Amino acid sequence: MTALELAAEVRSGQRRAVDVLEEYLTRIDTHEASIHAFNEVTTDLARQQAQAVDDDVQAGRDPGPLAGVPVAFKDNMCTRGIPTTCSSRILENWRPPYDATVVQKVRAAGAITIGKTNLDEFAMGSSTENSAFGPTRNPLDLSRVPGGSSGGSAAAVAAGFAALALGSDTGGSIRQPAAFCGLVGMKPTYGAVSRYGLVAFGSSLDQIGPFAANVADAAALYEVIGGHDPLDSTSIPDLAPTVLDSIDRGVEGLRIGIVRELSGGAGSVEGIRSDVVDRVQAAAVALEAAGATVEEVSVPSTTLGLSAYYLVAPAEASSNLSRYDGVRYGLRVDAATTGEMNAATRTEGFGTEVKRRIMLGTYALSAGYYDAFYGKSLKVRTLMLQEFAAVYQRFDLLLTPTAPTTAFPLGERTADPMTMYVNDVCTIPSNLIGHPAISVPFGVGHDGLPVGVQVLGPALSEALIFRAAATLEAAAEMDR
Amino acid sequence: MAHLARLALTEAEIDAFTGQLGDILDHAADIEALNVDGIEATSHPLPRTNVFREDTLRPSLDRDEVLSQAPAAEAGQFRVPPVLGESQ
Amino acid sequence: MIGHEPSLPDDWELVVGLEVHVELATKTKLFCGCANQFSSEPNTNVCPTCLGLPGSLPVLNGQAVAFAMTLGRALGCEVRPSVMARKNYFYPDMAKDFQTTQYDQPTNVDGELRLADGSVVGIERAHIEEDAGKTSHVGGGGRIGDANYSLVDYNRAGVPLVEIVSRPEIRSVEQARAYVSELRNILLAIGVSDARMEEGSLRVDANVSVRPTGSQELRTRCEIKNINSIRSMGRAIEYEAKRHVDLYASGESPHQETRHWDEDGGRTTPGRSKEDAEDYRYFQEPDLVPLVPTAEEVAAIDEQLPMLPAQRRHRLTQLAPNSADAATIVVERGQDDLVVAAVAAGADAERLLTRVQNDLAVDDWTKVDAEGLAALIGMETAGELTATQTKQVLAELVNHGGDPRTIAEALGFEAMSDDALAGLVDGLIADHPDEWNRFVAGDEGERRKMQGFFTGQIMKATQGQADGRAVADLLNGRAG
Repeated sequence: MTALELAAEVRSGQRRAVDVLEEYLTRIDTHEASIHAFNEVTTDLARQQAQAVDDDVQAGRDPGPLAGVPVAFKDNMCTRGIPTTCSSRILENWRPPYDATVVQKVRAAGAITIGKTNLDEFAMGSSTENSAFGPTRNPLDLSRVPGGSSGGSAAAVAAGFAALALGSDTGGSIRQPAAFCGLVGMKPTYGAVSRYGLVAFGSSLDQIGPFAANVADAAALYEVIGGHDPLDSTSIPDLAPTVLDSIDRGVEGLRIGIVRELSGGAGSVEGIRSDVVDRVQAAAVALEAAGATVEEVSVPSTTLGLSAYYLVAPAEASSNLSRYDGVRYGLRVDAATTGEMNAATRTEGFGTEVKRRIMLGTYALSAGYYDAFYGKSLKVRTLMLQEFAAVYQRFDLLLTPTAPTTAFPLGERTADPMTMYVNDVCTIPSNLIGHPAISVPFGVGHDGLPVGVQVLGPALSEALIFRAAATLEAAAEMDR
Repeated sequence: MAHLARLALTEAEIDAFTGQLGDILDHAADIEALNVDGIEATSHPLPRTNVFREDTLRPSLDRDEVLSQAPAAEAGQFRVPPVLGESQ
Repeated sequence: MIGHEPSLPDDWELVVGLEVHVELATKTKLFCGCANQFSSEPNTNVCPTCLGLPGSLPVLNGQAVAFAMTLGRALGCEVRPSVMARKNYFYPDMAKDFQTTQYDQPTNVDGELRLADGSVVGIERAHIEEDAGKTSHVGGGGRIGDANYSLVDYNRAGVPLVEIVSRPEIRSVEQARAYVSELRNILLAIGVSDARMEEGSLRVDANVSVRPTGSQELRTRCEIKNINSIRSMGRAIEYEAKRHVDLYASGESPHQETRHWDEDGGRTTPGRSKEDAEDYRYFQEPDLVPLVPTAEEVAAIDEQLPMLPAQRRHRLTQLAPNSADAATIVVERGQDDLVVAAVAAGADAERLLTRVQNDLAVDDWTKVDAEGLAALIGMETAGELTATQTKQVLAELVNHGGDPRTIAEALGFEAMSDDALAGLVDGLIADHPDEWNRFVAGDEGERRKMQGFFTGQIMKATQGQADGRAVADLLNGRAG
């Protein structure tokens, strides 16, 4: 049953939200120990909320479009009075005095907030192995990673612990785990969803987006969380995040480009596995069959994205993470002076990957290196924006793999950060230029694990990418 | 760098990081080598300007709730070890 | 022109640039809706944003920006497109461990301050930034180095500031004082700050160096902080300049550093050395968007600017070219509108300015109206009232208001006709032939002495109601 169907039944009084919730809690009870999707399951709160939803229905009030739907939140979204840890020791016991805007919106839509999900510490990683509280495992194959950094959210939906989940995507952290767990995951246009209350990683790259088992559910959750927020200066004004009503319109007449640099063939970046390339080709065929024209297109600057990203994101992060200094909240490791206390706290509180990125970002911003690294990366963003703008003169949408491979085994890439970073090559461009993108499962690779294909569109083309995603979803169903 | 970032790294960490950061910066050689003369920097993916709020009061937080999260508090304030050096 | 400091030898010249921080008189802070009010109980005007809580975001206070631009225009600056930047450094009162400020693209550049003595000091920039919280040091006599621990209050964190940076064009302590007092006058005139130095809403740091008189070089400067009043600024600059001269005299040089003014000790003490200064890793604040004022906005600001002190002084000296000093004082007191109106009502401008400067040094002059003042000065000019009588009538006007002629009559100040006075003078000459001869034939000194004698006799005879100048005219006329 989809989340939308579930909400419809709860709204109409056919099912009680409290009963729905207990089914989910039972699954969590049974399987969470082997998966570790959550940092915290907010059982009591969820039960209260479910009861309130049922009370509303009883009293003839509409609880909202997500009535009774259990939703999981990546543990970098602030929840008042509920620990918000970013899977870091440094915030282990922090209870925020406020709710993120998305949390308020999801609650206002009648959803049940079921818990906070595991992530790579401060969202830095692609496998959820960088969590201070232990890795999350892929529910489809427990020896493999769920992807990251929103691996806990992806695993929660894939394991049936939540009907929907929110993740955050700075360089692919929603789309890649969605691909690895066989889900739909979407990164909205920068500014389409409020970042207020999302613990910042790379402020100019971060966006919150939905995970769902199907395209329509993802679209429904996007509609709930999208729209202007006066508390976020980068939020787009007067945005109506309306995507559901056009989701079935198909792709007839759309011009879709396959990005050569991410296609695995000649002129492509290395490391995109052939079985993944095959699925992208199959997706292209399916889109053509649905009436789109598909053709290869070169976007040369995409190959620069990885370098630019691994300078811009750490630079912003190094500044964003300065505030974890042991003064106002979170961990403190005492020392003789405040300066020593700051260093002792941060040294003990941050994991290796976070320290590595803080060091990298500090370096990229430092006097003497700024122009060569950070400054140039910002110009690469301009180049990419210009190239993509030109491409979107000729194409409505672009098609790429979501990740170069399927879910990889735990521990395979932890030793060498660069091999882990390369994993983000297909997803990073959308973050650098702020465009929306969606990952849709499209069959499996030679290892039997799901492959995600990614649909990219220009700024504010959410309705269009959801249409293409729905078309691919339907084709994948037929394939099965 | 580690001091700027207020991190106390061990010798082993410094060695490992130096190598890894070297790899990452090697990868960034493609950017370093790029001719970007005359190209403007993009700090923001979407061009927006002049976003302001009204100069109107919003409720502040409850002090007890705020200080309940502090590692150390005293007399309604955050308590810290002695501070060396002045504010700037 | 402004003279040399007596304490500095003639062969050395003072070179001073001032950095003035001004707190803007907004209702709320720069980036959040907390009250701009930090005398409250500690940590009561705080929210996620000004506490730098994870996930919080800034939104610029439009009024603060408007105030900053108004100040820029009042200082003759160019108001330009600008961006906010992050200045990264660790300090417990800086909640995010970076200060949001402006760096390479400030809002206001290239202005000037025209001082009362006619000199002009260039303004390099006037940029927007946030204030820090307050750290108090407990134990060890409250001194920073000896404290047992410190307490931090964030009520002031995020209060809007404008930092006005002068060029190093100030050449004397008097000029530095005049600069600050002129800046204060402007701030009060345009209403963007209450500009109270003693309460910290106007804070001055002085960059001090010296150079051989006549040289154009800029030598090593020291930044003096902790200056709490205009008086201590003068003392601090004087002390520091002398210290530099002494160092050079003994073959040494000052180090570039921040020094602290010790009010009790009357000296500056070393602080942070610029050599081990932090690398602030400035970069554009990704959570805020650029400020792009339109030409129309700037024009509207110009239109609404009140007449500024320099213009107001000019307006008075146009009317009374010989009363420049009086004009400065009258403008400072805010009595210039009254003076201009009284001149328009017929008062002699020079005499009026002298009278207002000397005899209207009161806090409340609201009962004095322009017509009354003009009538009074007219009576004095016509010789109907002596100087003493005029002062008495003016004092009465200040206390009770009313018509000066009625007051003069009530006080028994009868207009003494020229004939009556001439009669008195002739009588005196007849009674004192020796003195008269000494007046007519004596040298300059003798003549002055005898004029004093006759005037004194007349005053005695008239109980001070005669006009001294008229008596002198009569004596001179009789002497031929």
